[in-house]
Amino acid sequence: MLIFICWLIAMAALFGSLFFSEVMGLKPCVLCWWQRIFIYPLAVLFLVGLFPQGHKVDRSVVRYTLPLAVIGLGFAIYHYLVYSGFIPESLQPCSEDLSCAEINLELMGFVTIPMLSIFAYSAIIMLLLIYRKRFYQ
Amino acid sequence: MKKNMIVVATAILFVVLFIVAATLYNNQKDKELSSASLEKIEHVQRDYSPRMGPIDAKVTIVEFFDPACGTCSAFYPFVKKLMNDNPGKVNLVLRYLPLHQNSDVIVSIFEAARLQNRFRETLERAYQTREAWIDHHVARPEKFLEQLGGLGLDMEKLNEDIRSAEIARRIKLDMLDAQQLKVSRTPGFFVNGKPLVHFGYQQLQQLVESEISANY
Repeated sequence: MLIFICWLIAMAALFGSLFFSEVMGLKPCVLCWWQRIFIYPLAVLFLVGLFPQGHKVDRSVVRYTLPLAVIGLGFAIYHYLVYSGFIPESLQPCSEDLSCAEINLELMGFVTIPMLSIFAYSAIIMLLLIYRKRFYQ
Repeated sequence: MKKNMIVVATAILFVVLFIVAATLYNNQKDKELSSASLEKIEHVQRDYSPRMGPIDAKVTIVEFFDPACGTCSAFYPFVKKLMNDNPGKVNLVLRYLPLHQNSDVIVSIFEAARLQNRFRETLERAYQTREAWIDHHVARPEKFLEQLGGLGLDMEKLNEDIRSAEIARRIKLDMLDAQQLKVSRTPGFFVNGKPLVHFGYQQLQQLVESEISANY
C-alpha cells in the first residue's frame, strides 16, 4: 500500500510536469530537468516494486528507490532556495535564456513548481522510511 | 489478480486525466488567443510591411517570420501556392520576428534590398541558400551577402542602408507587435486578423479557404 502511494505520487509528478511543459508550454529550466531525471525513473521503479518475484512484498524496494528520492529532494531544495532568493542567481547553473529564479507559475497564489517538487520528494522519502521501519526491523 | 487491476486502472486514469486536462486547457487557450488578437487587431498589420500578391485581395495572410527558421522556409512555397491557387483573392504581408542570433541583420538586408525593389528575390535567395549562411542556428550575415550575386543589387548602397534607423525601428516594432499578439514561434500566421491557433499546412489552408468563402 505504501509503495502504491509512492507510485501515485511519482506518476502525478510525471504527468504534472509533462502537463506544465508540453501542454502549457512552460520550458523546463536546468534545475527542473535535474529534478525530472530523478523522479521519472521512480514512476517505473515503484511499479516494479509493486510486483515482487516470489515474495509477498519486495523488501529491497527502499534500497533502489530511496537514493534517487534523496538526490532529487536535494535538487528541489536547491531550486527552492534559488527561487526564493536565498541563493543569488549568478551562482546557479541555469543557461542564458531560461532563468531558474523566474517564477512561472503560482497556483492559488503561493504554490510554485519547486514547492510541489519538494512536497513530492519528501512524501516519497517519508513513506519509504515508514516502509523500511515496518519490514526491515 | 486484484492488485493488477487496480494498478492498470490507475495508470489508465492518469493518462485519461492528462488528455482531458490538456484538451480543456487548449480549448481555453484557443479562446483567449482568438479574443486577444481581436482586441489587438491594430498590431497584426502595419503599413510599412512588405506585401506580396494582389493589392485588392480580400484575404490577407500576415506571416511573422525569421529568415533563419527552417519551418518558415518550408512554408514559403506553400503560402505561395495558396496565393496561386486562389488567383486575385489572397495576398501576403510579411512581418519580421528574427529570433535566431543575428537574424535581425539578415532582415535588415531584406529591407535594404527592398529599397532597391529586390525584396522578393533576396528573400527567396535567403531560403535557397540557408545552409550556406546558417551556422549552428546562428545567422552569418557576411556569408549571406556573398550569396547575393546576380540579383542586380547595388551592394555599396545596400551596406549603407542596412544601418538605417528606419529599418531598425520597423524590426523593433514588428517584434513588439509579435509580443503583444503572443506570437513566440515562427512562422506565426494570421488570416484577416484571425490567428492560426493549431499549426500546420492543412490548418492554414482551411483558415484561408474559410476566409475566402466568407469574403467572396
